[in-house]
Amino acid sequence: MTDRAVVLHVEGLRMRYGTTDVLRDVSFQARQGEVLCLLGPNGAGKTTTIEIMEGFRLRSAGQVDVLGTDPARGDEHWRARVGIVLQSWRDHGKWRVRELLEHLGSYYRAYSTEATTRPWDAQRLITAVGLTEQADKKVRMLSGGQRRRLDVAIGLVGRPELVFLDEPTAGLDPVARHGFHELIEGLAEEGETTILLTTHDLAEAEKLADRILVLEGGRIIADGTAAELARQIAGEDEVSWTHCGRSFRQSTTESTRLVFELFKEYGEAIGDLEVRRASLEDTYLSLVRQAESEGAAR
Amino acid sequence: MNPTVMAWRAGWSRGVIELRQSLTNAGDLFNHFFWPVLMLGATFFMRDVSFGQSGFTLGALALPSILGMNAAMSMVSMSQQLTADREDGTLLRAKATPNGMIGYLTGKIISVSGGLVVDLAIFLVPGLFIISSLAVDDASSWLTLIWVLVLGLVATLPIGAVLGSVFVSARSQGLLQLPILAMIAISGIFYPITALPEWVQWIAQAFPVYWLGLGMRSALLPDSAVITEIGESWRHLETIGVLGAWAVLGLVLAPIVLRRMARGESGSSVAARREKALQRTG
Repeated sequence: MTDRAVVLHVEGLRMRYGTTDVLRDVSFQARQGEVLCLLGPNGAGKTTTIEIMEGFRLRSAGQVDVLGTDPARGDEHWRARVGIVLQSWRDHGKWRVRELLEHLGSYYRAYSTEATTRPWDAQRLITAVGLTEQADKKVRMLSGGQRRRLDVAIGLVGRPELVFLDEPTAGLDPVARHGFHELIEGLAEEGETTILLTTHDLAEAEKLADRILVLEGGRIIADGTAAELARQIAGEDEVSWTHCGRSFRQSTTESTRLVFELFKEYGEAIGDLEVRRASLEDTYLSLVRQAESEGAAR
Repeated sequence: MNPTVMAWRAGWSRGVIELRQSLTNAGDLFNHFFWPVLMLGATFFMRDVSFGQSGFTLGALALPSILGMNAAMSMVSMSQQLTADREDGTLLRAKATPNGMIGYLTGKIISVSGGLVVDLAIFLVPGLFIISSLAVDDASSWLTLIWVLVLGLVATLPIGAVLGSVFVSARSQGLLQLPILAMIAISGIFYPITALPEWVQWIAQAFPVYWLGLGMRSALLPDSAVITEIGESWRHLETIGVLGAWAVLGLVLAPIVLRRMARGESGSSVAARREKALQRTG
């Protein structure tokens, strides 16, 4: 992965509204074909970050480079290489699914190159996102999950090199969410398109992302694969046992040693021993808590 | 092919698709018929009421004026549609698409003007059966009607786009209706303007509604009807002057205001409006 081209480079990004810093010194990179997930609680600055990269918002300071261009000065040619998955609400309600995809795709035809034929064929895209049966339905007749699939299809219709998705599964039921994850995984498998998505759902980040950036209070507090994050912060394991009919429970980063000590001291008198390893969720929560208390101390 | 040309073509087909949609769904069809039918009713009741010693009935004077008023009202549809499209995220999609704003605006111009032509026909065709004293046998009448209509659209659509960008919510669009109704009331649509006090006439002559009405009357009424007009003249030069001035004003302002409005659009601004709208309804 590291030999792939850098398509997204953010350095010292800052965003300030009035006197409040919404983002401070945010830096990260993404390489071609990577699935990057911006994870963080609500209000952490995820949407602001993604909108700056989409070219929809002007930053206060820092360097941002998306596909070799500063999004604040991105022209239409740049725009044609970037896909944005917007959350539809009731726009284009009278349009039929295929009609809308064909129409929006037609803007990309002028940006077709020898290497990349633009846009995707509407029918092929409809099949890919699983809307074959709804192809001739009006957009307003679609269910929430179907609409979101259409949103993805619209984001992809120009065959972008980089796709942005802001909270793509917010408000979806579990089944629709699962279907959506499969769609993104399928896209990621092809390895062509770089994907940047935001979520506040840890399980989603773990499932989809090659790399997770944890954003809290406008700063990146962790950056790595799910496994790296779990290692980076030695989350506390939980050890529980019974002795003489009483239950005990202790949190520790050294669970093996604790268990060894227990047996050394009490031998067979120890019962119901259970060691629960720190999960990524615990890691995430302790990360966010730690950052919050540091933020409050400052 | 040049991307901009391609966007114009995409915009053209966008406009045609939107027009077709508005002619094939019950709610929009109702809107297309509502005002023309109401106006036909008004014309019907004025068909035998004569205006002073002019020898013309109020119905004959009003029919072309109403056409002109309808043409001017495309300003309102433009403005309202722009506000609605901004609110629901249509505009944001255009912004996320290469040259999407060009396509969007081209499409809007096509669909609003196309819709207007449909509305005018719904009114004019039956109207010609109610009012028989119009001068419609002459090709020059129709030629005048066409240039007045085209010039009127060039004058009013950009202004509509400006209003749509400035008045951000559907609610403020509602408020906009009041001054527009007042403007119609003083523009000599339903009653000749020469019957109004002179200072009111001056105000009316600053706005496009009066001039569109005058232009349409000059197209469809016999020449002898000119005695009901200010200065007993059709004043084509002045019509071109005033409508042209509005066109220039609109065409200068619209790109600036539209660009400024589009700049502020993002996923979160649409989400915020959705949130607000859901709170209102829910």
